[in-house]
Amino acid sequence: MKNITCECGHVNPEGTVLCEACGKPIEGNQHINGNQPNKLLNMRYDGSARRSQTYNKTFVDKIWNFFSSVKVGVWLIALTLIASAIGTIFPQEANNQSPLPANQYYEQNYGIAGKIYYQLGFHDLYGSWWYMLLVASIGISLVIASLDRFVPLYRALKKQKPKRHETFLTKQRLFGQADQATEEDKEALVQGLKKQRYKVYEQDGHILAEKGRFARWGPYVNHIGLIIFLIGTLLRFVPAMYIDESMWVREGETKQIPGTDRQYYIKNEDFFVETYDKDDPRYQEAIEEQGGTVVKNYQTNAVLYERTDEALPGSEPELKKIKEGAIQVNRPIKVDQFALYQTTYQLDEFKTMTFKIHEKSDEDEKELDTFTVDLVDPKPEYNLENGIRITVDNYFPEFEMQNGEPTSVSKYPKNPAFVFNIFTPDNPDKPEVSFVGIGANLDPSGENQYKVGLKDFETRDVTGLTITKDLTLPILGLGGLIFMIGVIQGMYWNHRRIWIHPREEGVWIAGHTNKNWFGIKRDLEKIVEGTNVPMVTDQNELKE
Amino acid sequence: MANKTNKKKKRLIFRSVMLTVMLAAVAFALYSNFTEDKKDILQVGDEAPNFKLKTINVEDKEALTLDHFEGKGVMLNFWADYCPPCKEEMPYMQQLYPEYKKKGVEILAVNLDQGELVVENFIDTHDLTFPIVQDKSGQVMELYDVGSLPATYFIGPDGEIEHKVIGALTLDKIEGYLQEITPES
Repeated sequence: MKNITCECGHVNPEGTVLCEACGKPIEGNQHINGNQPNKLLNMRYDGSARRSQTYNKTFVDKIWNFFSSVKVGVWLIALTLIASAIGTIFPQEANNQSPLPANQYYEQNYGIAGKIYYQLGFHDLYGSWWYMLLVASIGISLVIASLDRFVPLYRALKKQKPKRHETFLTKQRLFGQADQATEEDKEALVQGLKKQRYKVYEQDGHILAEKGRFARWGPYVNHIGLIIFLIGTLLRFVPAMYIDESMWVREGETKQIPGTDRQYYIKNEDFFVETYDKDDPRYQEAIEEQGGTVVKNYQTNAVLYERTDEALPGSEPELKKIKEGAIQVNRPIKVDQFALYQTTYQLDEFKTMTFKIHEKSDEDEKELDTFTVDLVDPKPEYNLENGIRITVDNYFPEFEMQNGEPTSVSKYPKNPAFVFNIFTPDNPDKPEVSFVGIGANLDPSGENQYKVGLKDFETRDVTGLTITKDLTLPILGLGGLIFMIGVIQGMYWNHRRIWIHPREEGVWIAGHTNKNWFGIKRDLEKIVEGTNVPMVTDQNELKE
Repeated sequence: MANKTNKKKKRLIFRSVMLTVMLAAVAFALYSNFTEDKKDILQVGDEAPNFKLKTINVEDKEALTLDHFEGKGVMLNFWADYCPPCKEEMPYMQQLYPEYKKKGVEILAVNLDQGELVVENFIDTHDLTFPIVQDKSGQVMELYDVGSLPATYFIGPDGEIEHKVIGALTLDKIEGYLQEITPES
């Protein structure tokens, strides 16, 4: 390491642009900040030695310096933005609402562009390795770039001396010469500075007045917030911290809640959708404008249970009721750290069907008796009055004809159909066969004496719930808060410095702020008021 | 000079430690992301998790647990009445069952229908004698991560999963797998 000793006696680290103590431009390093002989000094990072380019020796240093570069950081952010934008062109896999697997869906719907989209991983953007690497690189860049700038800047501001080199002062944007200024004027200036709540430091008659230095830490506080936020999102991969599951529960059904390790169960007592009353004068106009019906409420009345035994999966658990209540959109029911949200529903799935039996020849279809079949778990046999016995020969919950054969395509009673055997007292051994479904009633033999017909049915609704547990929220909140504090710190306060430099005759005054030049000029105007010191000039304005 | 090399060394250590910590975090994120979908899934070589389900066709037993068959090879078949390929392989299983039962291999079929009627009908028409249990709540299906049907696990006498087959099996294939899980006598 080659340190640079300034003429003021201060030893600066290599790569320093302006001496940390007196601000004198260090020869040979001016290109780093793009300083030119006849122009004002570039004051960024106070001319401190940021990442030492000269330590580009080991592999570790090379990686470090890569991430330390703001240019690299900006590129990483730009690439992430572009990738995120491209990710919105076609729907993400999680939201495409298609039963097709992703490898077919994108090509079928969007052709060659869709195929490329899928192959590059844009269909699952947040899960694709390269996107994650980009975000991770931004995180690393934040940490390293901040460290590499915060440390030298902190050092430079801490080591700064009130006595500044004259070149430094003349090359400040705000600069003025007051040759007639007396000692009294100087004292008046100091008092004025103190009145403006500047901290005043003195060294051999040289004055440094400074306020709002902490505003300079704003960006770094902000970055700490971002890093905490990123750590929070990282923790979402830990199941103990974050769960996002979904489930269907039919009315009357009790089911274990996924993600809770079989600890909690939920019963759907009732699900309903409420709409606004069309005849209510308050809503009438709005509803007409909207057209159709307007939903007011989606609600599941639920009971929550906790398992109290060590039941094996599959067996009936012992349950203890712990909670009862309504789940509405955005009003979840909560248990432990889990929240159950209303997300979707299906109305009117068949629950029971009631059939009547009558003589086929009877034109009035006078019912002899009725029987009700539970469509989830039908009984095999129904004994009716008049000595009629009906057995269920076959049951198809979701009936469909496939290759000329009656089959069921699922276990859910969406389109129930039955093959009944009807045993009559006259014919106890040879049953009549009858096929009954929705909109279908067949007599395969054509010789049946009795007919079974659908009389009534009951339906039930199915509620779709989302189960979430998110312990990362406080971390994300903390990150966000610190981020905002950093923004406020850097935005609403300015770091202002004013130097008073005694000369053989009078004084020189120079001023610098990291932002809001109007503010510091106003401070200076108040300070020079009533003294022989003329207002400083803004050397930027002079040139124009 | 010693001070300077020391400082340089410190800097290298600091940078290496920072980079290692951050790379570890990135590696963790990537690893978690790509194993997230798979970590809960049962793999070949895992121990087959125990469960308890109501039986449909076993006399004098209300429920069966998997560990009931400890020391035997178990063919664990998930099926449903609404799944035609499931029903196709059932007769093959029945055909092989008596022979392999003697050799210490059990066939256990887990039905996923809602009611018992359709299952009983099917058992009667095909004269199935191997035990059939019903998983009405789908808990065991979830436990074994069964998505599409049929799905079959072949579990060795040590309780370890030897094979997982998704889709229909032929007679030859079933026999081949059954031989693999036959305990040595």
